Amino acid sequence: MATVIFASGMRALTGGAESVEIEAARVADLISALYALFPALAGKLEQVSVAIDGTLYNDARYQKLRPSSEVHFLAPLAGG
Amino acid sequence: MSNKMSGEQGERKFKVVGTRPIRHDGLDKVTGRANYGADLALPGMIHGVILRSPHAHARIKKIDLSKALAMPGVKAAVTGADFPEIGSGGMPAGESHIDPKDLQANILARGKVLYHGHAVAAIAAATIEQAREACKMIAVDYEVLEPVMSLERALAKDAPILHEGRKAVGVPPLPEGDTNIMMRLANAKGDVDAGFKSADVVVEGWYEASMAHQGYIEPHATVVTTRENGQADVWCSTQGQFAVKSMLSVTLQIDPNLIRVTPSEIGGGFGGKTTIYLEPIALLLSRKSGRPVKLVMTREEVFRATGPTSGTRIWAKLGAKKDGTFVAADTRMEFEAGGFAGSPMGAATMTVFASYNFPSFRLEGLDIVLNKPKVAAYRAPGAPNAAYAIESAIDELAQKLGMDPIELRLKNAVKEGDTASYGPKFDRIGFIECLNAAKNHPHYKAPLGKNQGRGVGAGFWFNVGLQSSATVSINDDGSAVVRTGNPDIGGSRASMAITAAEELGIPVERVRPLVGDTDSVGYCDLTGGSRVTYATGMAVIEASKLVIEHLRARAATIWGCEVDAVEWRDGQAVGTNGASNNKPLSLADIAKQMGHTGGPIIASASVNPPAAGPGFGVHICDIEVDPETGRSTVVRYTVVQDAGKAVHPSYVEGQLQGGAAQGIGWALWEEYLFDKNGKMENPGFLDYRMPVASDLPMLDTVVIEVPNPLHPYGVRGVGETPIVPPLATVGNALSRAIGVRMHRLPMTPPRVLDAIETKKG
Repeated sequence: MATVIFASGMRALTGGAESVEIEAARVADLISALYALFPALAGKLEQVSVAIDGTLYNDARYQKLRPSSEVHFLAPLAGG
Repeated sequence: MSNKMSGEQGERKFKVVGTRPIRHDGLDKVTGRANYGADLALPGMIHGVILRSPHAHARIKKIDLSKALAMPGVKAAVTGADFPEIGSGGMPAGESHIDPKDLQANILARGKVLYHGHAVAAIAAATIEQAREACKMIAVDYEVLEPVMSLERALAKDAPILHEGRKAVGVPPLPEGDTNIMMRLANAKGDVDAGFKSADVVVEGWYEASMAHQGYIEPHATVVTTRENGQADVWCSTQGQFAVKSMLSVTLQIDPNLIRVTPSEIGGGFGGKTTIYLEPIALLLSRKSGRPVKLVMTREEVFRATGPTSGTRIWAKLGAKKDGTFVAADTRMEFEAGGFAGSPMGAATMTVFASYNFPSFRLEGLDIVLNKPKVAAYRAPGAPNAAYAIESAIDELAQKLGMDPIELRLKNAVKEGDTASYGPKFDRIGFIECLNAAKNHPHYKAPLGKNQGRGVGAGFWFNVGLQSSATVSINDDGSAVVRTGNPDIGGSRASMAITAAEELGIPVERVRPLVGDTDSVGYCDLTGGSRVTYATGMAVIEASKLVIEHLRARAATIWGCEVDAVEWRDGQAVGTNGASNNKPLSLADIAKQMGHTGGPIIASASVNPPAAGPGFGVHICDIEVDPETGRSTVVRYTVVQDAGKAVHPSYVEGQLQGGAAQGIGWALWEEYLFDKNGKMENPGFLDYRMPVASDLPMLDTVVIEVPNPLHPYGVRGVGETPIVPPLATVGNALSRAIGVRMHRLPMTPPRVLDAIETKKG
């Protein structure tokens, strides 16, 4: 089960949950499950960067997850 | 320069990577042959001029173009009403996402003007003089409103509202009703209040930085021609031709298939050319007139109406134990977005505490609109402002603790395996190595003179990956061409050629690097985020490897053996396993026979790698202050930064020096000055004081190489990190020189003198 860690700013949308464990093969599946679990999150994880086990992805939709994966959702990254 | 490498990447012996060849585009640039945005001229081309708002905040009641259209030579005119209606949403634009509806309204105002210089209408005429005269005949009826020119005023309860009806988004609690706060972000860890209670020393204060411009030498320029079938050809100075195509398609609702964008040579961007201003206007004027249209900004227009970076007001509080261990941090960051939402506040919230281990922290960030130009990305957007506050506070802590400022940072610095304040764990990073290199540098041990102070500051930037493509083709003489879709701002042609040469095993001079238009190369995200050498370089590596597969197969054809019996070594096909009696074939030998062995050899590859591995830097500055005049002179400056692996060390050093120079300018001299009506008073390089060569000493560089595990060579992006530390580094040096903590940038002579006088009482 992948573990999703919510930054404190996101916890207003997760009913205060700081983390959640979810069975998901890929990030897209994980996001769908999060939307089902926390309806207030719906649509808010489409344009974010995702950190999986410390590696940041700007587009992680189809990245695979391991059962031990730790996932963070972050503001989109780019630069100047 | 240090050339230490360790780990898997470090075991590779490079032949071309790490050398310093002359850049392929150098001759054209130093002889003036290179074609920049304003250099293109097409048969029948006409010229556009933009009418800009004389007010910083006003409602547009009516625009009358009739007299202007009747002027000699005039071929077309456009206003915001010529744009199609589109909905709000989000599209990538440099550092953050931008609402395409806002993008439209920033290009040509609709309903309201939101800053002095905001584009209101445009005219195209046979000559530039005719267009200028006709522009004067456009009649605009304004209802002038109070301009909101400071964060304090924007946040006041009775402040005029720039965007009536728009609600703040983000992390609750959000302001209710109409507000100039467009977004609120927050994050926290641990019990911050308990953390401060446990601290032996606490420092806190507000740190203000002014809105500052990237100051690229080349103003924005474009030429657009349209055809009867709707096709549009666009030439422009941009950091990303594909981004221009996408933004044109969205703002004008044009089938992207009809748009071809060719990037000119670019005379600097630093993030400021990641968005569009002129291109849609020129396209509409071309469509109406049936002629190619050229639009070129003046320097004054660049200052008034493009995207500088945010002015900020940041409150920071830090607590530490007597031994220097950080226990708590707290910050509130207010960012000016300009006339439309979208400052780099989000990145600031992620970078502000990223360099250190804080057991507890709390942060709040606000994106605030006011009647100044809409900000755009600028080198590590948001991070310099955030670092200015935190690195200044750390310096004050060091003074209160009586600790060496580098030792204090070393005690708390993040390293591999530590959890970043923004969430994930750090992989291999080089912050500790940078701090140690700074501590051991002769500069740090050199004695200071009278009225001199020494400051230290550190900085962090994520660096990004994003999408890139590359095509490598072999010529029949054995030379190669590498094509990518990234405008060359900081020497990327050289780094792409070096990368291809390294893989193919040929001299770098035998590789010609090209930057293609949107129809001739595969998609590339824009040149920004310190990503090109990393991500596009990876695409070049992949494409080169595919070319090598072709070369092995062609050698096998020539020798009549299986391809498995051919290895590629040092630029040659070498036979093994039954084919070893054959004399090795060079790339040129194989290229000569391409026609006989299957035709041209070419390969393309594309990548979308993860973010590029964090970059850390540590700067040291010695400053001398004239106590009579308050004038500050940087007498010595050293930049230490982890580059992972420097592909072309000279250009890495150049990035380090350039970023530091821009940061020093921001710290000491640069600021947007507005009059009470919101008109910028210094829209030229004489009055907007950027550093020139004679203002600064030679900036020393130390390139640390802690390989990035995400890249085959260990490369990290280097372009943005060097602008992060200087604001605080210079501030810390100056504060130590005069014995007063400075809290506002730029630290101009009057402000320094004022601080000295206040100290005297």
